[in-house]
Amino acid sequence: MDWRGQKLAEEVMQILLLVFGGVAFIAGYATSSFRTMMLIYAGVVLFTTLVTVPNWSFFSRHPLEWLDPIEAEKYPKPEMTTVTWKKKKNKHH
Amino acid sequence: MHSFGYRANALLTFAVTALAFICAIASFSDKFSNQNPSAEIQILNINRFKKQSRGNDEVSLTLDIAADLQSLFTWNTKQIFAFVAAEYETPKNSLNQVSLWDAIIPAKENAKFRIQVSNKYRFIDQGHNLRGKEFNLTLHWHVMPKTGKMFADKIVMSGYSLPDAYR
Repeated sequence: MDWRGQKLAEEVMQILLLVFGGVAFIAGYATSSFRTMMLIYAGVVLFTTLVTVPNWSFFSRHPLEWLDPIEAEKYPKPEMTTVTWKKKKNKHH
Repeated sequence: MHSFGYRANALLTFAVTALAFICAIASFSDKFSNQNPSAEIQILNINRFKKQSRGNDEVSLTLDIAADLQSLFTWNTKQIFAFVAAEYETPKNSLNQVSLWDAIIPAKENAKFRIQVSNKYRFIDQGHNLRGKEFNLTLHWHVMPKTGKMFADKIVMSGYSLPDAYR
């Protein structure tokens, strides 16, 4: 997943759970059945897991553009020069 | 959301939080139900009324208990615990409550009933104050929900009294 896909996955997860969780409550309240509400909510959680957790291709539609290798060669890494510490002269022998 | 495990963890946490929220509003929805329970108790017979060897009074009664608690059941009710208590006053205690009978009502169909039963638990006083005593019979109930707060309430029926002499 790329960065924008991750954001999308998180938003989709929250919206699905909240909205369809509300649907589960309304369905249970309308049928006066606690069991119905719990079963529908379990289904919602499972569905949301299938949609947002695996690495589907539609989450990777905005990949980062890395520089070409030739471009990178134009700006080589600076070389490391060795640095020596000058010993402090001990004034008082 | 960097990896599979991270997303799975975030989803699970959010799902459990949402579930807690759903249960809270399910419990809150109980406030909108219309409740009108009713009950009536008659004393059919006083089987025994004596003073124990230790000095305390003991009564054995047969009760006719009729109740309709069906309106207390909502979609969020697991069961109702109902019990009948005798309440009276003595010089030693301002309020005595003695539980005579109880039952667990698991479903709405069982909530309307009429039974004749002798007291399940012994009616023993702390002392010997029961001759000629007037007392109330109170039907208490505790509504136990599937999620949320438990509610308790009662109906007080007064006007019962015990005979003046031991039998």
